[in-house]
Order: sequence, then structure tokens, then C-alpha cells
Amino acid sequence: MEGILVSLYVFVLAIFVGFELITKVPPLLHTPLMSGSNAISGITVVGALISAGAGHSQLAKILGLLAVITAAINVVGGYMVTDRMLGMFKKDKQQKKN
Amino acid sequence: MAVFTHIVYLISAIFFIIGLKYLGSPKTARKGNLLSMLGMLIAIVVTLLDKQILDFTYIIAGLIVGAAIGAYAARTVEMTAMPQMVALFNGFGGAASALVAYSEYIRAGATMSIDISITLVLSLLIGVVTFVGSVVAYAKLQGLITGAPVTFPGQKFANGVLVVAALILGGLFVYDPSVETFLLVIIGLATILGITFVIPIGGADMPVVISLLNSYSGLAAAMTGFVLSNNVLIISGALVGASGIILTKIMCKAMNRSLANVLFGAVGTDGGGGSGAKRDKLEVTQYTAEDAAVVFEGAQSVIIVPGYGLAVAQAQHVLHELTQLLMKKGIQVRYAIHPVAGRMPGHMNVLLAEANVPYDMLYEMDQINDEFQNTDVALVIGANDVINPAARSQKDSPLYGMPILNADKARTIMIIKRSLSPGFAGVDNDLFYDPKTMMLFGDAKDMLTELVKEVKEL
Repeated sequence: MEGILVSLYVFVLAIFVGFELITKVPPLLHTPLMSGSNAISGITVVGALISAGAGHSQLAKILGLLAVITAAINVVGGYMVTDRMLGMFKKDKQQKKN
Repeated sequence: MAVFTHIVYLISAIFFIIGLKYLGSPKTARKGNLLSMLGMLIAIVVTLLDKQILDFTYIIAGLIVGAAIGAYAARTVEMTAMPQMVALFNGFGGAASALVAYSEYIRAGATMSIDISITLVLSLLIGVVTFVGSVVAYAKLQGLITGAPVTFPGQKFANGVLVVAALILGGLFVYDPSVETFLLVIIGLATILGITFVIPIGGADMPVVISLLNSYSGLAAAMTGFVLSNNVLIISGALVGASGIILTKIMCKAMNRSLANVLFGAVGTDGGGGSGAKRDKLEVTQYTAEDAAVVFEGAQSVIIVPGYGLAVAQAQHVLHELTQLLMKKGIQVRYAIHPVAGRMPGHMNVLLAEANVPYDMLYEMDQINDEFQNTDVALVIGANDVINPAARSQKDSPLYGMPILNADKARTIMIIKRSLSPGFAGVDNDLFYDPKTMMLFGDAKDMLTELVKEVKEL
């Protein structure tokens, strides 16, 4: 029970950090923010790797495999599409020349 | 788990936080995303080095398949299709969290302590609802199923019963974790709930749903973090959960609706269109591109109000061409972006960025609303409800109280529109009949192409 209390502290404090960070993101970047944070939620891949590789039972491994696939889609797709979008945001060239 | 692994997880959590911080400005955003990516990479690598992993076959296969699918989707997706893709990715995140939680149950079996079993139930429940809900949202946005709200009598009651039933079963499972059937029934209930939760929501309300599902995918990851006692999952999940909640709130506020109204109100049609224009088309004066070009000739400042109709007509590039022509003539041109202009938060900005519109020409509603009164021309393309003055004055209008762009304050208002049909809210727009409004009827792309031609000839 001790462990979960510490985890609960971490969880609640991280939510507050999240609120502070996200309110500072301008609406201009809300779509990349969504796809980028989406990729972060793919951190579940860490748990998926252990499930798929720890080899407890065949069923656990297959569930782990499916988890690795879905999480990898989430992580790789999320980061790549975010980078693609952010690459499109450019400042005015004419202003740069001035 | 080794101390070293924990330290590396902490470092990746820091990278995620700094990465999100850098997303606060368009100048640093790309670097922020790369930092966040780096955080993910080191977390994956240190996990692979962990002694718990005995067999790499499934891991390598899974990573290759998943990465290939993700990379292909990310490279080929159209920017207009971004909402459904983000929805789908959210769903996969939720599915992964639920799968990991279930696989942990198979490992630990009936020996789990109460805190683990509670979070396990939550992880499964949220994860499966996120996955199924996202797939339904994807199907709606992609046009695979109707975007209109699908309702049946007693829907809210049924949803309530489903939630309560799932929670009771969850309680039973916590009491006796040896009964696997409880979990399987919870998964079944969560599947039904995911469907009944998203199908009553109309196409135009999707920005709220996607934001909410984004939040859920984070919460599912955090719950899985509790199950595995893994802090990096808890921290990342909490960050994403918070992000989704904030975006949900912003979207609701911009539509002047409460979250409950969006989720349970079943408002709207397929997202636009509809009928019910009270007045005749004859009452408004129809202008041509030539008339509009003459007005541009005498203008010094123009504010463009783009709506999703612009993207549907694929007219962003022609619009940018027109903008550049006007700027060459020394006219000041700015874009006014309403928070719900698009199908997800910030969608319109991405669509315009893709058409090479520099981001310093894009202004948020609060930044530009006071500028309309000093502006010669407000050019409205494919937008309707977000400029409807009824939102300010008519207390009986469904739009009343919704924050709108003050396009009506400009000296001349040009509205490019296919017809006089009302917008998503089904409300007639008085602005169309205003004497200083020039209605340009036609497809956005065709009309803008004509405008470019006329402005060039001047």
C-alpha cells in the first residue's frame, strides 16, 4: 500500500505539471500538441515490451505482442506526423529579409 | 527493477516535460518534439536491457510491424484527415494499455494486492473504451458510418447502467481477483460503452470527443503505470490526461456548450448543411468576382476568416496565392482563426501552414477581434456560425453566448459560400442580408481562382 501512495503523489503532481505546461501552448500548435502528446501516451510500450518478452505464458506473450504493435504504431506514427506538421510551420520569408 | 532503469525512466520523464514546454512556441516546437522522441527512445532501450526480458522474438516482430504501420500512416496522411488519424492513434494507445494490463493479470494471477487490482480494472475499462470509442470516431470522421448523431430511446440510461455494471463487476473482481470472468465481462461492457458513448455525438462536435479520447488514452497509460508500479508511465499518462482535459475545455468554451451537452445532447446533423433558411436567396445582392476585385483595389487592410469549408474545397493554396497578390499591392492581410475552425483543436492552422501561409499571419480570436472595426474587408470563406452576430444579441438563438469573430464590424464583408444554407447550428445568419455584405456564391476554390484572375487584371 505504501508504494501506491507514492505513485498517487507522483500522478497528482504530474497532472498539475501537465496543466501548467499545456495552458502555455498557443492554439496555433494545438493539433501538433495533440498528436505529440498522443505519442507520449504510447509510453505504455515500455510495459508492452516486458509483457511480450518476459515469457510467462504463451497467452501473455501474444497479448504482449499485440500491445507492442499497437503501442509502436502510436509512438512512431505520433512522433513522425507531429514532426511533419511542425516542419510546415514557417515564419514569413519577407519579414526575414527585412 | 534495477536502480539504473529507474534513473533512465526519470530522465525520459524529464525529456517529455521539457519537450511539452518547448511546444509552447512555434520556434522551439520541433526541437521539443525531438526531445520527447529521445525520451521515448531511451526508455525503450533501457527496458530492452532489463533482465526480465528473456525472449526477443515477439518484441522485434511487434516493433517492426508497429513502426512500419505508424510510419506509413504518418507519411501519407492528408492534413484534412488529421483528426481521424489522431483519433485512431489514441485508440491504439488505449488498446496497448489495456493489453498490457491484461497480460500482467495473467502473470500475477490471483496473487495481486488490492491497489493493483483496482488500477487493473480501471486500466482495462478506460483502455477499451478509448480504443472502441476512437475506432467509432475514426469511422465517423472518415465517413465510413454516418456523422450524424445516432440515438435510441433510453440511451443515457443504458450508458449509466453500463458504467454502474462495470464498476460493480470491478468491485467484485477486487474482492476476488481469482475470477477471470469478471474481467472478461468488464471488457465486453467497455466495448459496448465505447460504441454508445461516441455514436450519439454529431460530426461537428468531434473536436471535443477527440480531445476527450486523447485525455483517456493518457489516463489508461497512467493506470497501467499503477499496475506495473512504473512511474514513467504514471507521469506521462498524467501529462497527456491533463493535456486532453484542457483541450476539451477550450473546445467546449469556443462552442459555448457544456461537456455534458456535447456528450449527451446529440445536437446537429452530419456537421454542416441542413435546411431551414427562412429567407429567399433573392433578398440578398449577389456580387461577382469582378465586383470584389474592385473593392480589394481600394482596400488597405484585409482580414481573412477561414472555415472548414475552405479545406473541404481544397482552396487553401489558391487563397494563399490571392493573399500574396494583395500583399504585393501593399494591402495588409491577416488571418483570423476561430478556435473551432476545423475538425480538431488547431486544425485550421495546420491546414494553412501546409499551404505555406506563414504562422505570423495567423491570429487567434482574442488577438484580432478588436482589429475588425479598422479593417476594410473581412473575407469569409466556408465559415458561418463563427461570424453570426446572433451569438451576441439574440437571446433565443442556440448560438447565443458563443464567442464569435467580429467580421460584421469590418467596412465591407465578403462571404464566399455555396448557398444561403445555415451552418451546423441550423441558424440563419443576418450578416448575409447586411447592406455592407457582398455575397459571392460558388465553390470556394472556383471563386478564389476567379478572384485571383480579376485582381491580377486590375
